[in-house]
Amino acid sequence: MTSANGDRPVNGTPLLEVRDLVVHHGQLRALDAVTFRVFPGEVYAIIGANGAGKSTLLRTIAGLHRPSNGGILLDGTDVTRERPERRARQGIAMVPEGRRLFPSLTVEENLQVGATYARQGPWTIERVYEMFDWMRERRDQRTAQLSGGEQQTVAIGRALVSNPRVLLLDELSLGLAPVVVQRIYGMLPQILSTGLTVLLVEQDVSQALRVASHIHCLLEGQTTLEGRPADVTADQVEAAYFGLAGTTSAAGPGAGSEH
Amino acid sequence: MAWVNAIIQGVLTGGLYALFACGLSLMFGVMKVVNLAHGDLAVVAGYVAVGIIAVTHVPVLWSFLIVVPIMAVAGYALQRTLIQSSLDRSVLTTLIVTFGLSVVIENALLQFFTANTRGIGANLGLVQDSFNLGSQIQIGQLLVVIFAVAVVVLLGLQYFLSASKYGRLIRASADDKEAVQLSGADYRHVFGIAAALAFGTVALAGIAYGMYSQLDPTAGTDTILLFAFAAVVIGGLGSLWGTLLGGIVLGVAQQIGAQINISYEVLAGYLVFLLVLVLRPEGITTRRAQS
Repeated sequence: MTSANGDRPVNGTPLLEVRDLVVHHGQLRALDAVTFRVFPGEVYAIIGANGAGKSTLLRTIAGLHRPSNGGILLDGTDVTRERPERRARQGIAMVPEGRRLFPSLTVEENLQVGATYARQGPWTIERVYEMFDWMRERRDQRTAQLSGGEQQTVAIGRALVSNPRVLLLDELSLGLAPVVVQRIYGMLPQILSTGLTVLLVEQDVSQALRVASHIHCLLEGQTTLEGRPADVTADQVEAAYFGLAGTTSAAGPGAGSEH
Repeated sequence: MAWVNAIIQGVLTGGLYALFACGLSLMFGVMKVVNLAHGDLAVVAGYVAVGIIAVTHVPVLWSFLIVVPIMAVAGYALQRTLIQSSLDRSVLTTLIVTFGLSVVIENALLQFFTANTRGIGANLGLVQDSFNLGSQIQIGQLLVVIFAVAVVVLLGLQYFLSASKYGRLIRASADDKEAVQLSGADYRHVFGIAAALAFGTVALAGIAYGMYSQLDPTAGTDTILLFAFAAVVIGGLGSLWGTLLGGIVLGVAQQIGAQINISYEVLAGYLVFLLVLVLRPEGITTRRAQS
């Protein structure tokens, strides 16, 4: 196991492995040979500008896009050809961009849908309510009556109650006030303490650098930087984010994409 | 008194129309499929009932216990194959495909059952008997039973959709297929279950129609589908209780039209349908407009 500031156990089994992933949107090559591994307990952050392929990457891992090449492994098992619902049942849960709650369902029903095909594990609807008191009081409300931050929290709760092994978080901060974003990211340690691994996509680089144990920068579908936040300089991140310099690897040999 | 009678008869007929309409409404509300073969499938169910009664000699009234499951399975199968594959292309494709299905069914029925009409249980007391309210109002038992069945079906659907696991998944899938998949549910299976429910009500509609009137191969489009459409549009698309209200409004309009002049019966119903389309296209129940 590794913590946010520990060393990467590069010799252990990665919980999630992405190999040479290529995804096309029509003619556009949205992802170009992206490779990385996420180890248990990590917070792995994918950063990059708009259109860098971050969301495409997460959606492909969740099974919503078919890759034209490459593979996705969950704890050593190839899930590249599995349908999204099969992957969800095997432990890949995603909080999609824009939250995507079910508007005609109540808060509680949204959580119940998330728990329908839940794996064994620590998360229950009751536990989500314990973590967020307000949610219990407003369980019978439609989600449209909630604020953006509250909706995001319900979306996270809906993913948690499935007891995933990997939690994919797509642009949690999108459309939310900075204070709210802080509060939502502030929940991460509590979520991680239950043994979850998090792969997140974030446009807000400073936010990502704050919470991540490992960052991975994409530019136009290609990897431009990989490493621990402590090992990368602001200049390197800026260069990788905007594509001002060539591909950089801040991490030492063995920690990067060595396939 | 004649007007009161017209209204009472109209309300009761509305139950039959709601039975016609609720499957159509469910398929549209959940899958966004406008099933143009809806009425023909109800007629098929009616013929299946005729066949089963003739072969197995089950009591007419209990034939639904066999026909409803048969149609539900057929609905699941049809949804998972033909309808889903056309949905994957576009919603418009489902219109064309179900229209084609309608044509095929109608012609197949003509081929196998000829254009002769067939009733279901025409000699049953339930179908023939009526009772009097006062001296001038005579109410057919069958219509009362059909109305009650429609209410029970709507209550049952309502309960299933709001309280069961699959009901919740059906509503969630109607909202957002992708988000449902991310929660581990196969929306295609969920849609299949919704179609099975819809087809189960279609079976009841077909049997009810066969008892109330006469089955013939073209009744599906000429009567059942059109009345179902009118009821759904008047009541509000996708709203279950709206279909009952829509059916009642349609039935009352028809009976009042008939009271003025018997040849205005069908016309009056469609006039109301047209008025609602122009003045209140979201239907007279406003629940959907609010959400």
